[in-house]
Amino acid sequence: MKRMTTREAFAGYIFASPWILGFAIFLAYPLLASMYFSLCDYSVLKAPVFVGIDNYKLLMGDDLFWTALKNTLLYAVLALPASMATGIILAMLLNAKVKGMAVYRTFFFIPSLVPQVSLAILWRWVLDGEHGVLNPVLKNFGITGPNWLNDPVWSKPSLVLMAMWGVGNAMLIYLAGLQDVPTQLIEAADLDGANSWQKTRNVTIPMISPVILFNLIMGIIGTLQVFTVPYIMFPNGAPAHSTYFYTEYLYDNAFRYHKMGYASAMGWIMFLMILGLTFFSLRMSEKHVHYQGS
Amino acid sequence: MKSHQSAITTQKIVVQVLLVAFSILFLFPFAWLLLTALKPIKETMSMPIKWIPSKFLWSNFKDAAIYGHESLGYYPFLVYAMNTIVLCALIVCGTVASNAVVAYSFARLRWPGRDLAFGVTIATMMVPFPVLMVPTFALFRHLEWIGTYRPLWVPAWFGSAFSIFLLRQFFRTIPFELTEAAKIDGASEWRIFRTIVLPLSKASLAVVALFAFMGAWNDFLGPLIYLLDQKTFTLSLGLQFYQSQNGGTSWNLLMAASAMVIAPVIILFFFTQRLFIQGIAITGLKG
Repeated sequence: MKRMTTREAFAGYIFASPWILGFAIFLAYPLLASMYFSLCDYSVLKAPVFVGIDNYKLLMGDDLFWTALKNTLLYAVLALPASMATGIILAMLLNAKVKGMAVYRTFFFIPSLVPQVSLAILWRWVLDGEHGVLNPVLKNFGITGPNWLNDPVWSKPSLVLMAMWGVGNAMLIYLAGLQDVPTQLIEAADLDGANSWQKTRNVTIPMISPVILFNLIMGIIGTLQVFTVPYIMFPNGAPAHSTYFYTEYLYDNAFRYHKMGYASAMGWIMFLMILGLTFFSLRMSEKHVHYQGS
Repeated sequence: MKSHQSAITTQKIVVQVLLVAFSILFLFPFAWLLLTALKPIKETMSMPIKWIPSKFLWSNFKDAAIYGHESLGYYPFLVYAMNTIVLCALIVCGTVASNAVVAYSFARLRWPGRDLAFGVTIATMMVPFPVLMVPTFALFRHLEWIGTYRPLWVPAWFGSAFSIFLLRQFFRTIPFELTEAAKIDGASEWRIFRTIVLPLSKASLAVVALFAFMGAWNDFLGPLIYLLDQKTFTLSLGLQFYQSQNGGTSWNLLMAASAMVIAPVIILFFFTQRLFIQGIAITGLKG
């Protein structure tokens, strides 16, 4: 390797300059500005007025804030494990070397291509209490389906169902991970007389643990920001605010009530939550994640 | 040995059965969408459910495309579709152009602070959009860009962490001997980038273009914040508007419109399947 030359370094900065600018304008500046705005009374129409930590104090006493936060965390606790399990199971089925893998892979992936707005409209129609199709189908199996959209107990499970349906991206990442598991390892376990469950538990899962960690972190970041689907499927967080999520309340504060400082404070709390959960996952994973060759 | 063989066969059968069962579950909502889109309005409401339309009303697609023009004075679906296509084109071009250049710098040029800058770039993927939303809106408002497409496509021309990461991974796999030789011959970095690296990276550039297109086609929150005039709406935003206007009365037209929003993405996927799957797999594995 040649050492760095000034000419090369100069070219390096020039080539990187769009991103250096983009980073400064669309990331670093907004991030710092929202920290400042979060300490201000700010409506965008008038200049911000510094009020210290008032917004944070108000948030702590805001019932709707807690409702939105609880809804979001509860949804994440339900949706993340459900969609991770679905993704891993589908990937393992696809990896089982049966005929038609490419076709099944396409089938499972197609729902992930659907734009979120269409997805929300379609599922509203599937789950609708009066004319929806799911409950009549369930009835054929002797199951009386719940009132998915209008019962506060079932509104979140409806969204979890949809999250499981749209698991295609993560599934492909798991599948790529599974295809990287050395066949010798599985064969060695076979020779030792391990059954399928033991092989999965003791060989496959540890081998794909880095991919699981990756999908977990991406899942946390995405799930905490959930917005479009509930916004369209459940106007104003109906029924009984059971689907009023964090980003929706933040959006409403910013663009409906013009409480931009308040919304910025919410944004920072979310950012800190994501940072905290990511670092927590990374720390917890140290014991459980197995990296090949290290 | 024989029992081992038959155990494997049973296992394969179980897997096949499960795969078929899951396929039905995953495709069922689409079947329902299409069936609804082809029904006369009365049959969408009939109980017990009328599965197969008595007559396949292909004209529903046409009606959905021109729906609402009496009250609005224009064809909303077609206008939204045009808007979306223009916006997608601007975003895709910007994403590919800016990220290719930046990723080249990160992958193949050495400059002080590069590795730190790359680390910071990766870390920015954790920053949620909602925390940036207010100041970004204030910035665009200050520029008097609210109500235009600029807040939606201009940032695409300044790089994004995810695409930089993806392209850098690809660019690094190009043998350095290729570019070193050109360097010794006195070729400029720009020339090496244009004549050696880009032609060898068509597949990876296509992956980035594809993801950018999907992101732009699907985006809802961005247009919701920045677009004000109905005439400028994108399909995602327009479809939602369709829904609230219809109030659930003409589900057949709404489903037909939905199908027309979904179809381009699925068709694109079918033509680019291999690229797509490789691209997604790489994001997880090399991370």
